[in-house]
Amino acid sequence: MRETRINTTTSPNGWPVKQGLYDPQFEHDSCGVGFVVNIKGKKSHKIIQDALTILVNLNHRGACGCEANTGDGAGILMQMPHGFFKEVSRKEKIKLPPLGDYGVAMVYLPRDPNERRTCETMFENIVVEEGQKFLGWRIVPTDNSTLGATAQESEPFMQQAFIRRDAKLADDMAFERKLYVIRKRAERAIRYGGIKGGHWFYISSLSCRTLVYKGMLLTEQMEAYYPDLKNPAMESALALVHSRFSTNTFPSWDRAHPYRYIAHNGEINTLRGNVNWMHARQAMCQSDLFGDDFKKLLPVINTDGSDSGMFDNCLELLVLAGRSLPHAIMMMIPEPWTNHATMSDEKKAFYEYHSCLMEPWDGPASIAFTDGKKIGAVLDRNGLRPSRYYITTDDMVIMASEVGVLDVPAARIKQKGRLQPGRMFLVDTEEGRIVADEEIKQKIATEQPYRQWLNDHLLDLSSVGEFPHGTELSHNTVLQRQRAFGYTFEDLRIVMAPMARDGVEALGSMGCDTPLAVMSNKPQLLYNYFKQLFAQVTNPPIDCIREELVTSAVTTIGSERNLLKPKPMSCNLIKLHSPILTNEQFAKLKYIRQAGFKSVTLPILFKAADGQAGLAKAMDDLCARASSAVEAGANILILSDRGVDVELAAMPALLAVAGVHHHLIREGTRTRVGLVLESGEPREVHHFSLLIGYGAGAINPYVAFETLDDMIRQGLLVNIKHKDACKNYVKAAIKGVVKVISKMGISTIQSYRGAQIFEAIGLHPSIVEKYFTGTASRVGGIGLDVIASEVQMRHSAAFPDREVNGRVLGVGGVYQWRADGEDHLFNPQTVHKLQSACRNADYKAFKDYSQAVNEQSKKSCTLRGLLELKTGSQPPVPIEEVEPLEAILMRFKSGAMSYGSISKEAHEALAVAMNRIGGKSNTGEGGEDPARYQLEPNGDSKNSAIKQVASARFGVTSLYLVKARELQIKMAQGAKPGEGGQLPGLKVYPWIAKVRHATPGVGLISPPPHHDIYSIEDLAELIHDLKNANHHARISVKLVAEVGVGTIAAGVAKAHADVVLISGHDGGTGASPQTSIKHAGIPWELGLAETHQTLVLNNLRSRITVETDGQLKTGRDVVVAALLGAEEFGFATAPLVSLGCIMMRVCHLDTCPVGVATQNPALRQNFKGDPAHAVNFMRFIGQEMRELMAQLGFRTVNEMIGRTDLLEAREAIEHWKARGLDFNNILYQPKAPEEFGRYCQIAQDHGLEKALDNTALLKICEPALERREKVEASLEIRNVNRVVGTIVGSEITRRYGAQGLPEDTVKVHFKGSAGQSFGAFMPPGLTWILEGDANDYLGKGLSGGKIILYPPEGSNFVAEENIITGNVALYGATGGEAYIRGMAGERFCVRNSGVSAVVESVGDHGCEYMTGGRVVVLGQTGRNFAAGMSGGVACVLDESGNFSQNCNQDMVLLERLEDPAEIEEIRLMIDRHAKHTRSQRAFKILALWEEMVPKFVKVMPKDYKRMLECIRRVEKTGLNGDEAVMAAFEENAKDVARVGGG
Amino acid sequence: MGKPKGFIEYLRELPLDRPALERIRDWNEFHLHLDEKALREQGARCMDCGVPFCHTGSLINGMAAGCPIHNLIPEWNDLIYRGLWHEALERLHKTNNFPDFTGRVCPAPCEGSCVLGLISPAVTIKNIECAIADRGWDEKWIKPAPPPFRTGKKVAVIGSGPAGLCAAAQLNHAGHLATVFERADRIGGLLMYGIPNMKLDKALVQRRIDQMCAEGVTFVTNTEVGKDFPSRNLLREFDAVILCTGATKPRDLPVEGRHLKGIHFAMEFLHANTKSLLDEKKNGAFISAEGKDVMVIGGGDTGTDCVGTAMRHGCKSLAQLEILPRPPAARAKDNPWPEWPKVYKMDYGQEEAAAKFGGDPRAYLVTAKKFVGDESGHVKEVHTVQIEWKRNEKGQFTAAEVPGSEQVRPVQLALLALGFVGPEQALLEQLGLERDARTNIKAEHEKYATSIRGIFAAGDARRGQSLVVWAFNEGRGAARECDRYLMGSTHLP
Repeated sequence: MRETRINTTTSPNGWPVKQGLYDPQFEHDSCGVGFVVNIKGKKSHKIIQDALTILVNLNHRGACGCEANTGDGAGILMQMPHGFFKEVSRKEKIKLPPLGDYGVAMVYLPRDPNERRTCETMFENIVVEEGQKFLGWRIVPTDNSTLGATAQESEPFMQQAFIRRDAKLADDMAFERKLYVIRKRAERAIRYGGIKGGHWFYISSLSCRTLVYKGMLLTEQMEAYYPDLKNPAMESALALVHSRFSTNTFPSWDRAHPYRYIAHNGEINTLRGNVNWMHARQAMCQSDLFGDDFKKLLPVINTDGSDSGMFDNCLELLVLAGRSLPHAIMMMIPEPWTNHATMSDEKKAFYEYHSCLMEPWDGPASIAFTDGKKIGAVLDRNGLRPSRYYITTDDMVIMASEVGVLDVPAARIKQKGRLQPGRMFLVDTEEGRIVADEEIKQKIATEQPYRQWLNDHLLDLSSVGEFPHGTELSHNTVLQRQRAFGYTFEDLRIVMAPMARDGVEALGSMGCDTPLAVMSNKPQLLYNYFKQLFAQVTNPPIDCIREELVTSAVTTIGSERNLLKPKPMSCNLIKLHSPILTNEQFAKLKYIRQAGFKSVTLPILFKAADGQAGLAKAMDDLCARASSAVEAGANILILSDRGVDVELAAMPALLAVAGVHHHLIREGTRTRVGLVLESGEPREVHHFSLLIGYGAGAINPYVAFETLDDMIRQGLLVNIKHKDACKNYVKAAIKGVVKVISKMGISTIQSYRGAQIFEAIGLHPSIVEKYFTGTASRVGGIGLDVIASEVQMRHSAAFPDREVNGRVLGVGGVYQWRADGEDHLFNPQTVHKLQSACRNADYKAFKDYSQAVNEQSKKSCTLRGLLELKTGSQPPVPIEEVEPLEAILMRFKSGAMSYGSISKEAHEALAVAMNRIGGKSNTGEGGEDPARYQLEPNGDSKNSAIKQVASARFGVTSLYLVKARELQIKMAQGAKPGEGGQLPGLKVYPWIAKVRHATPGVGLISPPPHHDIYSIEDLAELIHDLKNANHHARISVKLVAEVGVGTIAAGVAKAHADVVLISGHDGGTGASPQTSIKHAGIPWELGLAETHQTLVLNNLRSRITVETDGQLKTGRDVVVAALLGAEEFGFATAPLVSLGCIMMRVCHLDTCPVGVATQNPALRQNFKGDPAHAVNFMRFIGQEMRELMAQLGFRTVNEMIGRTDLLEAREAIEHWKARGLDFNNILYQPKAPEEFGRYCQIAQDHGLEKALDNTALLKICEPALERREKVEASLEIRNVNRVVGTIVGSEITRRYGAQGLPEDTVKVHFKGSAGQSFGAFMPPGLTWILEGDANDYLGKGLSGGKIILYPPEGSNFVAEENIITGNVALYGATGGEAYIRGMAGERFCVRNSGVSAVVESVGDHGCEYMTGGRVVVLGQTGRNFAAGMSGGVACVLDESGNFSQNCNQDMVLLERLEDPAEIEEIRLMIDRHAKHTRSQRAFKILALWEEMVPKFVKVMPKDYKRMLECIRRVEKTGLNGDEAVMAAFEENAKDVARVGGG
Repeated sequence: MGKPKGFIEYLRELPLDRPALERIRDWNEFHLHLDEKALREQGARCMDCGVPFCHTGSLINGMAAGCPIHNLIPEWNDLIYRGLWHEALERLHKTNNFPDFTGRVCPAPCEGSCVLGLISPAVTIKNIECAIADRGWDEKWIKPAPPPFRTGKKVAVIGSGPAGLCAAAQLNHAGHLATVFERADRIGGLLMYGIPNMKLDKALVQRRIDQMCAEGVTFVTNTEVGKDFPSRNLLREFDAVILCTGATKPRDLPVEGRHLKGIHFAMEFLHANTKSLLDEKKNGAFISAEGKDVMVIGGGDTGTDCVGTAMRHGCKSLAQLEILPRPPAARAKDNPWPEWPKVYKMDYGQEEAAAKFGGDPRAYLVTAKKFVGDESGHVKEVHTVQIEWKRNEKGQFTAAEVPGSEQVRPVQLALLALGFVGPEQALLEQLGLERDARTNIKAEHEKYATSIRGIFAAGDARRGQSLVVWAFNEGRGAARECDRYLMGSTHLP
């Protein structure tokens, strides 16, 4: 055996096992997917060849690791190649029966012959036991000579096994089922049976219809590795291929796709819940088709697989148990039906009925599926993956993540299309046709009278009659309960009041500097020990504000029935429109008498005095009682903590819910009951999110309602009735929960229920294993004893033996500092000390400050505070020998704070300071005023070295990119990971709007995802795009710490980022929901350590610089960060404080009194900061670092990186909670070979030399570049030519600035299918004409250039009815023109702020978030057009009159074209379109112009219109220019209702 | 926060004082009140800071920054802006037993560190506090609330000044039976006899004492522990003791002629004055300044009270000596926010003197060198000299006389208001308590336990001369620790 890497830290198959903070369960992958099929089912070898060509052309969507010749995986699924097998089986002396009578297993086996023989024998025996005939083995020929070392080391022995069908089996499907049973049995006995070498055993496919060849291969290695694939006898009518991009570099032969039924591009976000539910559900499954065989299939889901593998497991069961493949897919990935205005009722009923059987598997997905007869593909409900197809005149369909993957002459193309969100594309080779989405679904939806079944059995709670419920309580009673449940005055004032008053969650700012729950001295609610997870990079968050149509809060309660045998009664459930129940709604549920429902209330109280033992026993009793209630037929279990009194305390509701949930899952009865919680404890969004995430179906937060009532009585809430307050509160809570789930990329509460999208910090493994099974908890922490004593503390405060000092609520002090409240790192002492040190350049004072912070940190605030520097373990060095301060300062960065969130004065002071010390400041996401690129007279520069590229792309122009030293892609931000930035309208002053290309006074929300990054390969693309836009700049990716971030960072490294930034959860912010500030993400210590460990394990650490930030405040903090693996460091809050910030935490209100975080000119005058203050801060930090380095014995920072051996957990951690923490995982050093670098030493290979710009265009454009001469040229183009024109553009901008070159100086005529990001960031002067079609991101960030796109000459299809460019065209474009003859995909012109574009049809979400420019659509649009649009104008030719249904009219008005000047302007645009693209449609429209004008709908943003009118009005008073805009802004700002922008 | 831009919209506004020449004719309080609308606007100026420095109560360079009892200032500012006076009172009482006192006599370090003070005059915190408390009395929201439960434990509180009263009130809340010993004839210590009536009306002090009586606190007057009550009996009769005897030893001025008649410590003067006022001059035994040239030596609050009192007596002339330089009009560079602002301001006494005699009576950088008496042994003149502060070789500031700057001024009444040097030692010696280097009772702040188990110390007796509000802080804290000592745990804040 050559397994050199096999040691204690790797599993037998070469995968590192869980170690340190690394856990293989967080591995992600993503990919390119495609298929080729002959519609008529005609088999050929050509199809396999074509599929392999597609695979090679999708290569850039896959990845390779640290070795160029080791891929992440590639594979092909085809029909059984009977001819081929007939031929080869003869050689093996196997007598093959006719097609259909035998099955073939593609098996991975151990390389050791003895081990192999054991496996083979076991397999053969199982075949025989299952009554089938084993025909023999065939060794699959392979050639591993092209493979890299990692792939070779883990390469299994490949064989095919042939199994003959027993005649007793009735049909094909019965045989498939039997083969499935054989496979499941073999897996269990061999792979999981603990036999020697068993881990090698894996069956890629076992079927009589399909066959899979796959492996840990690069796409181009497929054919060489499997010579079988070259055999002309190998024929199939369909072939499905997949190219994988994994976030790691570990062996992955079995994780290559396709699986047995699918190949998947995407990620299942609800996986944990889906798996738990399936586990619970399978106990109740019975199948006539399987009969007694069914139990051999358990467990249905193999939990060591990837998410796609588990999806495949479930799909396989549904299909083999009798549902058709499309039916099963519809169940697992339903369209968003709840808010769909035009969907047929049958279809809605189908989806609603099936939602009673199974929750959706939610997450971005393009899934291609086949059973060997039908082949199809489907997109998730959001359409977050690209999929394009061609249909040819010779009955071929070619579908892939991109177009251009296979050369097809124009004349052969009949139709070009794309998959649409939630839609299914299906080819039935038996019927020999393409079946339209509508047809398949309508057919399936009408197979049963689902509506009737629902009418008969699904009970809508709103239709249940009212029951009497609680009476009004006195203030003192409420107060008593509030105290028992730990309410503070802050909860009322800061959290609940805005919810009840405005129906929104409270906003906050300036991050979080309070202790983790496990380090807090205050008793904490159990909720606070959990942190929300969120999507970043490998999968996008959902936009629940602008794309609300895909979200749903509807859930059901009751007993599920047999998944495999749907009956009318299967939907006998109660339907809830919201999981948060008012008292009225709850009473209906509690006293329900309708047939089929029985509720049982179980108290969740325990004797407070009995402490831990009492709580433990109460939990056990509760679980036992839950079991008996289920046995006795209850299907609604109400857990209630009513009845708290002097003796009885409430169990933490989360513990009760999660405990019962997991107990019933283990018992296999969970799906028989709904869990309802009646509790006084939950009140915040985070509480509700957790309860639902751990299984609660509905929650009645009765003390929250009582509190609202009491607040009204007290006058804390005015001008509102109790009922409305409750309604608003519930609305805000639901919106909040939906936001929490959308951050994770989940759209429906139903599939979120039980999904456990949380990480525990500070809980002992015993608690997690028992009650929160499957949740990550990596540093240990408190046990039931502390949980019980925290309850006791609250309880005794509420029921003191002696009442003292009046009965009022405690202060809290979590959101605002309070003497008696929670600790804060920035408190009056530290703020004051830091400011006086920096102002007076007083290092001694700074030491006072840093000592105070470190003490505080040690006492209770941070993980790093609990670590000790081991100064004795290596000899100290004299401080003179430590590298100079200047060298250290180059590693320092200031945090990303946008111009807009902070004032010009503060923003520029930071930039100047960082430039003075040789560090880097960061623009933040708000763009940058180009005036800052000029040096100041004294030599200072205000140019921020780091330019951020965030989801809204504010001010991201070619010039902006060119002026950067580092380009930072902000995937997430510590204060609100998974959400977009927010700039309240109050702060969008005219000068801010100008830099951001937006409308003054209108609030700006950035989209939660980057619409060009839905997966890891998309990120790789953006990195590549930006590198093209400025090859001098390092490309950095900003992530936020959460469990699994290390794996993502590895992916980022593989995507060729130069820097990865791991931000802590606690970072500052200008405006963010309090829930996000407090509860999303984790401390950087954990994220950084995980990242460093994972990168080292993968041997990627040496190719990427790791940076960290998040409340870094002292030299010691920075040293700890370096020892944990960081080499660059960011500071934000502290330098702001040095410049005068006094932690008002009102950034979002524009009332910062010291002029730091405000745009108000009067307040800005109060700004007293000076760059020197921030310089002092940075130098002090550096100085302190040097002192510590000397003590530790380090001369350079590089030496320190990852040296966790110089850290240890403080011995005497006396804290009553924190002493349970276990730092071993954080301090773990992965056992990787010495030669693996521990810090960045190797430059990434960005492959720019292969760019078409470098190979051809720069040369062509030379006369223009050098001498501004006109240039024209023609070039062929293919999908592998990505980002064409961007390098040339960057050279123009570098030479000629923002104005570029005169229009049409360079004209290049391209022919073919352009790769992604065609024409990205092109400046004025470039005109790109593309004859053919384009992939995603056409004209991304267009900065003044011109793009013309039309179908190739000789095309026979109707241009305007066929797709010509992919998704997300012109995303973030700031200027220029585009003329597109044909249909564009989803999200056309998202975040456009200046482009004029004409297109003939667009998909969903067109012109979303647009703030400027002009878009003309000469045909249909998809749904949700103009969502969040606040500037610019769109004109849609609405001939069918249905546009208003497709337009999201929250922020826009639909008007007619009336102004003659405007009509003429539009006509001219169409005229140019006609001229440039020879569009027949445009010619026709122009010919009938007068007739057409009334059919145009003008989409006018309300805010933009108001602003324009306002300006016009003030102009009449004699003001003009900027003055007029300012006056209009001020007038606008007075109207408070309008400036929210939310 | 009710009004995010309140601080931009409204200017600081305090109620007017009664005109100086009018108010010196009586002993009534000199502050007037703002109407409700104006008060609410003032409340709206509060910025509801993320880090409310006003509420901090820390020591920076030895001076208080922010409120030592951590009054929840932003919370009640917001509540009164909303007109929720009752709720405001509840929040105020959560941290402060007697806001009616601090609302009148506190020098308001809260306002010194009010964040708004960075850019604009601070929020009128003290006035708002006072208004909330007065409203509580006016509306009869403040009324006796005896504890529902008695522990049966008895605690002696020695001294009825601000620390003693707070300690007793808190102990009583916790269900203990508190007995307060006071050697004077009236309860209140400094609050009763140290601070003159025009600043803190004694009726207001009395109503709080009445309230406490009704709640079950026992007050024993005219009883000096150690003299009238044997100190050895303390721990026999009580389960615990809290010493709040204050720092009553005045700093003397050991110069030639100090023994002359007509030279008094400020406290003698003030005490006798208030006593005679309350006794309705039945004894008439106060030190009158009427018709005299008065010199107050010392520029602190006590000095000011002497000035105000002398003015009401109808003195002939008045001068006040301050050894330190006159503070600047605005914060000096080395005295930034949030430090206690050392800036020049006229207090009520000086205003009155100025109104009557013209000009601030204070002379800065001046000290008395000697007193000269007349034949009857009564002081008739004072010799003063200018002072210059210089750094010595150790870098410390020392005072040096300016040669040739001597002056002679006529004086018939000289009042020494030079501060206090520590607690009187007799009782401490009798008890055998350890003391610190400054002769204060040795006990750690926040712990308050003395060297003898069961005996706690709080207030000036422990920390040395300080503000009323620090005494509140200590009294409350000592009660908490005492409760913990008695019961094993405590719910007192």
